[in-house]
Amino acid sequence: MAFPAQANGSPRAVRSSEGSFFWRKLSEHRTALWRTASIGLFFLAWEIAGRIPISFAFPTFLETLDAFIRMTLDGSFLAAYAQTLQPLVIGIAISAVIGVGLGIVMGLSRFAEWLIAPVFVVLQAAPMAALIPLITFVYGIGLVSKTLAVIMLALPVIALNGYKAVRNANPSLVAMCYSFQGSWWQRIVKIIIPDASPVIFAGLRLGLAAGFIGVILAELLITPTGIGDLITYHRSVADYPEMYAAVVSIILVSTLTLAALEAFELRVLRPEKRRS
Amino acid sequence: MRNITAEAATAATKTAGAEIAVEVRGICKMYNEVEALRSIDLDFPAGKLTTLLGPSGCGKTTLLKIIAGLIPATSGEIRVNGKTVTGPGPERAFVFQDFALMPWATVMRNVAFGLELKGMGKDERQAIAAKYIAEVGLSGFENKFPHELSGGMRQRVGLARAFAVNADVLLLDEPFSAVDEQNRRKFQEDLLELVEKEKKTFIFVTHSIEEAVYCSDRIVILSRRPGRIAQIIEPEIDRSASPDAIRRDQGYLDTVEEIWQGLKHYVD
Repeated sequence: MAFPAQANGSPRAVRSSEGSFFWRKLSEHRTALWRTASIGLFFLAWEIAGRIPISFAFPTFLETLDAFIRMTLDGSFLAAYAQTLQPLVIGIAISAVIGVGLGIVMGLSRFAEWLIAPVFVVLQAAPMAALIPLITFVYGIGLVSKTLAVIMLALPVIALNGYKAVRNANPSLVAMCYSFQGSWWQRIVKIIIPDASPVIFAGLRLGLAAGFIGVILAELLITPTGIGDLITYHRSVADYPEMYAAVVSIILVSTLTLAALEAFELRVLRPEKRRS
Repeated sequence: MRNITAEAATAATKTAGAEIAVEVRGICKMYNEVEALRSIDLDFPAGKLTTLLGPSGCGKTTLLKIIAGLIPATSGEIRVNGKTVTGPGPERAFVFQDFALMPWATVMRNVAFGLELKGMGKDERQAIAAKYIAEVGLSGFENKFPHELSGGMRQRVGLARAFAVNADVLLLDEPFSAVDEQNRRKFQEDLLELVEKEKKTFIFVTHSIEEAVYCSDRIVILSRRPGRIAQIIEPEIDRSASPDAIRRDQGYLDTVEEIWQGLKHYVD
C-alpha cells in the first residue's frame, strides 16, 4: 500500500492544483475505498451465484437484503437478540473475569501454572460441540446450559492468552520497576498488566468470537431460541432468504462487537497507539 | 593521566582524601558453573564519574546490577554510604541500556514514575519531573510517547527519570549503546554538564574506550571472564576546555591509546 502512494507522489506534484486535490482526497480514503470495494465485490459475486442459481436453497443477495430489512423492521431480530445475548453476555462476563484473573495468576505463579494451565490446554483442544449434550444432560435446557456453553468456549482462550501475556511481560520494565523500589503490587498493576493488556485484549476478542460460536451452537443443539431459533425455523419452512438474513445478522453483530472492543482498547488502554 | 593500578590492590581501592560513595568488597558472581566476577574490591569516590570498561562478557554490567541490587552476588558485599546493599534502594537510580520506558505512558509520566512508585502526589511529582525534563533538554516533549522520540531522546527520558528520584548514586548501563553516533556525542557533552551540575556519583558501564576517557574521572578496566580488575586509570583531562578541544587533546588521545593497548589482547 505504501509503495503506490509513493509512486503517485511525483506526478501529483506536477499536475494542476485541482487534480492534485482530487488525488489527495482519494488517497486519504484509500483504505476505506478498498474495503468498500471488496465488500461490494463479494455481494456482487453472491448476487450472481444466487441468480445462476447454484442451489435452490441459496437466495440472492438482494432477496436476503430484503428479508434482512423486513426482519429488522418487524422486530423479530430485536426479540431474537434479546434472547441470544443473555447467555452470551453473562457467559462472556464470567469468562472475562475468571479468565483474565486466572491468566494473570498463572502468569505470575509457577505453581498455579502447573495446577491450572493443563486443564485449559485440554479444554481448548477438546471439540466443544461434543460436550454440549453432556451439559444438557446435567443442567437441562435452560439459560444455565447455554451460558455454560459460552463459557466453555470462551474461557480457555481468554485464560491462556492472559497467562502468556503476563509470563512474557517485558523483563526490562519489570527490572525498572524493581530498581525504583516498586512494591509487588505496583509491579503487577503498573507494569505487568498494562504491558500484557494488548495480548489480554487479543484473548478477550478471541474469547468473544468463541462465545458467539458457543451461543449459536447452544441455540442450535440444545433448544432453538433467539437467533438459533430464527435460523432453524426458517430453514424448516424453506424461507431461505430469512434464514440467510439471520446468519448474516449474527456475523454482522459479532464483527461489530469485536470492532467495538478493539476501538475501546485503543481508546482506553493504549493512548500511544491512537496517534500513530 | 595517572595509572594507579601499580599501587597495591588495597591502596588502589582507597582514594586519598575523597569521600567514598560505593564500596565493593570481595564480590564474586557465579552463573551456574560460569564464573562471571572474581573477588572484586573497588571504591567509587563520591561526586565523581567512574567508568567500568572492559571487553564484552567481562561482567561489567553484572557488577553494575549487583551494585544496583537488581541481582544478588554469590559472595561479597556492597556498601553504599556505609550501608550494606540487599536490594534496590532510594540512594541509587538505574539508567537502562534499552531505556526501559513504558510505551503506554507519556514522557511526563515516565520521568515521574520513580516518584509515582514512592506514592508522591501528582502535582508535586510532575513539578519535579518537569524540572528534570527541562534539564535533559526535552522541554516541549512532556506529552509525547516514547515511540515518538528518537533513541537519544528516549535515553534522555531514562536519565531524567533517574535524576528525578534524587538518588546519590546514578548507575548507567551502557546508556548510549542504542543511540546513534552523532546523538551520542552531543549526549556525552550534555551528560558531563549534568555531572558537573548535579554533584552526584556516577557509575557508568561502557565498551567504548573513547566514551570512557572522554567522560570519566576514573576508569576501571575489567579483564575478560572471570572479570577481575585489570587496571585503574584516572584520565585527568582538563574539562574546562571545549568538547572539541578535549577530543584533540594529546593526553586524551594517549589515554585512549594506552587503554586500547591493554585491552587489545582480549579481542580475538
